[in-house]
Amino acid sequence: MIPISWYLLLSAVLFCLGIVGFLIKRNLITVFMSIELMLNGVNLSFVTFAHMWHNVQGQIFVFFVMVVAAAEAAVGLAIIIAIFRARGTLAVDRIDLMKL
Amino acid sequence: MNGHLYLWLIPLLPFAGFLINGILGARLPKWLVTAVALIAPLASFGVVLNAAWSVRAGALLPHIEAANYSWIDAGMLHVDFSLVLDQLSLIMLLVITGVGFLIHIYSVGYMSHDRGYWRYFAYLNLFLFFMTVLVLAGNVLLMFVGWEGVGLASYLLIGFWFQKTSAADAGKKAFIVNRIGDFGFLIGIFLLLGQFGTLTMSDISAKLAANPAWTGGILTTICICLLIGATGKSAQLPLYVWLPDAMEGPTPVSALIHAATMVTAGVYMIARTHFLFDRSPLALLIVAIVGAATALFAATIGVVQTDIKRVLAYSTVSQLGYMFLACGVAAYSAGIFHLMTHAFFKGLLFLAAGSVIHGLGGEQDMRRMGGLWKKMPVTFWTMTFAVIAIAGIPPFAGFFSKDAILMAAFTQGTAAGKVFWFVGLFTALLTSFYMFRLWYLTFMGKPRSPELHAHESSWTMLGPLVILALLSLGGGWMGAGRFGAFLGPVIGKKTVEAASTNLEWTLSGLAVAAAVLGWLAAHMLYRRNEGREPLASAPGYTVLTHKYWIDEVYGALIVKPLLTASRFFLEWVVEFAILGGAAWLLGGIITFSGAILQKWQSGNLRSYAAWLAAGAAVLLLFALATWNGMLTHVGMHIGNLHMNWAGH
Amino acid sequence: MHLVLFILFAGLCVAAALNLLLQKHPINSALSLVVVMSSLAVLYLLLGAEFLAAAQIIVYAGAIMVLFTFVVMLLNAGREERTLGSRAAALLGFPAVAVVLAVIATTILKAQGLGAVSLNDPITSTVELSRVLFRDLLLPFEVTSVLILIAILGAVALARAGSGEHPRNKATFAGNAGRERRVSK
Repeated sequence: MIPISWYLLLSAVLFCLGIVGFLIKRNLITVFMSIELMLNGVNLSFVTFAHMWHNVQGQIFVFFVMVVAAAEAAVGLAIIIAIFRARGTLAVDRIDLMKL
Repeated sequence: MNGHLYLWLIPLLPFAGFLINGILGARLPKWLVTAVALIAPLASFGVVLNAAWSVRAGALLPHIEAANYSWIDAGMLHVDFSLVLDQLSLIMLLVITGVGFLIHIYSVGYMSHDRGYWRYFAYLNLFLFFMTVLVLAGNVLLMFVGWEGVGLASYLLIGFWFQKTSAADAGKKAFIVNRIGDFGFLIGIFLLLGQFGTLTMSDISAKLAANPAWTGGILTTICICLLIGATGKSAQLPLYVWLPDAMEGPTPVSALIHAATMVTAGVYMIARTHFLFDRSPLALLIVAIVGAATALFAATIGVVQTDIKRVLAYSTVSQLGYMFLACGVAAYSAGIFHLMTHAFFKGLLFLAAGSVIHGLGGEQDMRRMGGLWKKMPVTFWTMTFAVIAIAGIPPFAGFFSKDAILMAAFTQGTAAGKVFWFVGLFTALLTSFYMFRLWYLTFMGKPRSPELHAHESSWTMLGPLVILALLSLGGGWMGAGRFGAFLGPVIGKKTVEAASTNLEWTLSGLAVAAAVLGWLAAHMLYRRNEGREPLASAPGYTVLTHKYWIDEVYGALIVKPLLTASRFFLEWVVEFAILGGAAWLLGGIITFSGAILQKWQSGNLRSYAAWLAAGAAVLLLFALATWNGMLTHVGMHIGNLHMNWAGH
Repeated sequence: MHLVLFILFAGLCVAAALNLLLQKHPINSALSLVVVMSSLAVLYLLLGAEFLAAAQIIVYAGAIMVLFTFVVMLLNAGREERTLGSRAAALLGFPAVAVVLAVIATTILKAQGLGAVSLNDPITSTVELSRVLFRDLLLPFEVTSVLILIAILGAVALARAGSGEHPRNKATFAGNAGRERRVSK
């Protein structure tokens, strides 16, 4: 018997670790991966709630999240490639085209 | 209140004249401007005559009109537009509109070549409007409106030739000094309101009458505040300094405003509120002291003046002192009597002086006049009438009124009364002296400026002179006794009749002797002169020519510190600190916040990410803080959708 | 048994996530993320979501992470350097996120009425899932397929060999920027 709250805590931890990665990582791809980590944390919490309420809609939501994450990953990585070709670097601090 | 006397027309007709001439005057032909300007006071005079006729026919006084038009209705303060006609205001109105009309006629000739002709008559009509409002007012606040208004009109007319710096300065000086007096008046009004709860004069009088033992205390304070106002308006010590400078205005203005009407507003006000002054012997004493001191003071200065209008200005101050003295010894009717006769002969003096100045092409220095009696006979004879009247020689008007004042002072009952009488007597001597000095210097002897080609003025100017001369001759023949009886219901009788006839004759004789003595002195010194001043070697001459240096003292003690302080305040506090500081602060805030906000647009991906996360965190915290039980709430929503998953 | 499995795979999850943060080379981070995904799949199984567990492995770990790895290798991304901003970010980021985590944790732990998971709970059948997906939520399903189509088009357009390396693009980009800077001065 695992309490639901443990699953939820795990999901929160994963989410927060994702945020940390999003903030502190210097490589653009790693930042992107942290975003994926966040999405996974959220997925876990959806599945948990789906189990708790015996409602399948939570899992449907996870399904759609996965689909969208896939699309987003594709486009995002394509952008990263384009940026790399333009700037020659993947360091987050160097990509400051919008600097005044 | 029987029959409608149309009192409201008396102020409004001149006001209509002001509006028409003021707004359209520049575009109207001159004859139309003149017509409007003359019809207004004439019509007003007509209404006053109609009222006087009704009084003679037995109309009841006081006649109150427009009392139900409410002006202010706030809490305990109820002020309406009531116009009150009683004996006192009737006399004043006759003088104002009558003499005013004559001066209007005179001005047509005097100002005929002036470019601001329409403006002059607009202001003159405006003045008449305010003065009649002042006199007709049934409550103190309406009187104050008129009071301020005549100050305004005076400023406009003194500074009529505003391109001349001295004229503009004189207008400012008049208005500012008046303002100081008005401040005292205003304090008095506040105190009146606080004490009596009403500003209607009849109500205040009734409340006082119901309380016969109430004297002194707050009433003295009120009276002194009112006196300060009167001092400013009537050019008494210490607020007289504006009147000599006011001679910068056109001479008819000096005649109307600074001789006949506006400056008498202070005397009128004291007579009007006599029921207050009667309750405060101290205030009355102060009034008398101010009056007597001013009379003497101004007379001494007038002795050495060389500008013909300045002599008359100081003479006005001095004569107003007489009127204040009369009020100070509670002989209000004597004061008003002198006010009336003074309007006649002082108005005449000014108008005649204006005729002289006009005839000489603008010359005002008496040392350059002389021998005009042949060239300007009508002016000469009318002015002679006026000079004899002001000197107080019977049977001219001035004798009766001045004599009444002196006798009231002597028989007042205290030792102070005797002092006042003596001061008044000596001043009468000085008055006679300097007026005859003026007469000799201006008209007699050999012409000192023949190149000026003196000529007599036109009949538009001479007509009023003649009428006023006749009034100066016969204006006092009704006698102070009958005059006082007429005013009795308003002002209250002074039980002075107890004086013996012997005393009367002695005092009158002394007064006449003083006048004749003054004439003799002037005759000896100025009969034959070439313009040298015989008094120049007399002790105290420099003090007098410098007018006791009062203007300089005021300038150094009051004006200069105020100017310096206000300049400092304006430049440093307002300009630099407040405005500059505000601008600097505003700019600083914007620049500073801009510098901070600039960091948002750093182009740095990571900082964008950080702000994103921060915003999300804030929203999350906010949601958690405000939505209690959100988890179960959201869960219940999903549960309500009845989607089971167990094997359906 | 249940507890052991949960502890094991939950621990693996967190450890791999931490490893993702702490590794300097992106390829190591990518591989750690694969481990996270896989452990999550096991946890889904424990929660009775068998289809999702499979989808997680196939889609996430099998496709998306492979894509990441491809890109890492394609771009030859090297070790990360230390820059000025990274220290500040680390300094500020950790405590802030810790606070947020604390808040969320408090909320979760305080919540009432949460149940428990046991191995005997029924497993979600794929039939049930597909019923909802293809019947009640058919429109969103079709929309997502369009979404994927658009994503494919976009990715192809952006990542095409000619888009970034075009000499004209590079020159104008640098040249315009340079010219703009000079003019604005």
